[in-house]
Amino acid sequence: MSSISEATDRTPILEVRDLYVGYGSVLALQGVSLDIYEGELVSICGINGAGKSTVLKAIAGVLKPKSGHIIFKNEEVTGKNPEYLHKKGMALVPEGREIFSTLSVAENLRIGAFGRYNSRRFADDLADYFDLFPILKERYHQSGGLLSGGEQQMLAIARGLISHPDLLLLDEPSLGLSPTRVDDVFELIVKLKERGITILLVEQNAERALAIADRAYLFSTGTVEFDGDAKDLLDNVDITSVYMGGKKGAHIL
Amino acid sequence: MSTQIFVEFTINVLSMGSLYALISLGLVFVFGICRIVNYAYGEFITASSYALYFLGTFTRLPWALVFILGVSAGVAVGYLSELIAFRAFRGRSLDALLVTSFAVSIVLQRTFQLTISPRAKAVPVPAFFNHNMTVFGVVTPLRNILIIGTTILLLTVFALIMKYTTLGIAMRSASENFVTARLMGVPANLVISVAFVISGFLAGVVAIFWSARTGSVEPLMGAPPLLVGFIAVVIGGMNSLVGAVIGGFVYAILSNILSLTLPSGMLSYRDAVMFIIVIAFLVLKPEGLVRGNYQEESIG
Repeated sequence: MSSISEATDRTPILEVRDLYVGYGSVLALQGVSLDIYEGELVSICGINGAGKSTVLKAIAGVLKPKSGHIIFKNEEVTGKNPEYLHKKGMALVPEGREIFSTLSVAENLRIGAFGRYNSRRFADDLADYFDLFPILKERYHQSGGLLSGGEQQMLAIARGLISHPDLLLLDEPSLGLSPTRVDDVFELIVKLKERGITILLVEQNAERALAIADRAYLFSTGTVEFDGDAKDLLDNVDITSVYMGGKKGAHIL
Repeated sequence: MSTQIFVEFTINVLSMGSLYALISLGLVFVFGICRIVNYAYGEFITASSYALYFLGTFTRLPWALVFILGVSAGVAVGYLSELIAFRAFRGRSLDALLVTSFAVSIVLQRTFQLTISPRAKAVPVPAFFNHNMTVFGVVTPLRNILIIGTTILLLTVFALIMKYTTLGIAMRSASENFVTARLMGVPANLVISVAFVISGFLAGVVAIFWSARTGSVEPLMGAPPLLVGFIAVVIGGMNSLVGAVIGGFVYAILSNILSLTLPSGMLSYRDAVMFIIVIAFLVLKPEGLVRGNYQEESIG
């Protein structure tokens, strides 16, 4: 925890304390705690089934925790529904992108702004996002289902951003994309971080995620195995061994 | 086929198809958002018909107001059944929702039987509904033309709402992927309530024309239109509003063709033949004519 340094005197924008989440009788998260401070890019890494997506879904209100606490912007939000959390300033870009394929790109973006929809502000935002996501301008009136995987990911992120979230949750944004599109996504995440957006990034591609993150949590079978400064983790933890399930083989200095 | 028969056939198909399209649209609106196969939909129609009966019989309100209040009764019953019954089971299995809809249906039927009467009551119909008018040499009651006009108007309004308003886009997003729509801030309560309100509204409009055709209302009158709705939905497809409308019209076309072509001794078997066609659809094209966006999920 030495790495948080200057952040320790502030309250985190998101606090997760001792979270237990299960699917039926199977516990996917067993006592997970984490903090995210404003302006940070925090990454959660780990293998499939480690509970990475589960923790995001619990934070965003899709899954109800069995026990534990989630505090967002100084309010206990454990068990609140997704639309409440969205209104409070959280946006989840879901795994697999989940673009509305029967809706046009324009309509997908408009749904992203639902609840805060205001045509003038929407138009301003669009102008801004067209710089960030030029492809969306070209495809504006096409239906979401006709976009390529990379384009859908850009749309999914834009759809998340358009509500001006205080916390952006990205669930496996590079999954299933070609290497060049993966580069695009990571480049974009860096740009968003430079804009001061607070991001919680769940990624299977740990090396890439740790390279751009401030801090990171390494998950293994529903618990936090390591956490700390992303660069330290990248240098000092034998990530492959964590991925192979060999916790004991990992060395942290 | 002489012109006269052709015109008559067309008017029959259009007026019957319009009514059937509105019926199935009311079912599909709720199914599309909540995945509920709503067996209580027939009782929404019955409730509106009773409202028409009471207002038309015991008040001297102008017809326009009677219709507006009659349709409002359908809207109220639709909205309240969601609030009181379906909401408690939201996110449960589809079976639980199906059983809930049976329960709502039976409770409403028994309520009508116990509080009003088990026997049929005559629903007053405005005289102009039955005025004959001549269309291309064919004499037909005005209500046949009115239902066609009403349906064109309603379908246009619904299409515009669904296409351009934020609420309409939210409804479409929720029917494609409910969880993701909620993650975008679309409130589950809002879209589900709206779906039931629209369903109740359509049931109310259907009640006006259905009771005008039969002339009466009784507690179990909801079953025939419900059956019509299900047949239209099987033909057109459960996952698309367009499919619901097409299903309604295709049903009307098939039904009228059978009436014209079946030998007179076979006419009483028209419904049986219709059901064979429906079974063929279920076997050969279970997703219906319009596939829509089919996915399996329940709402949470």
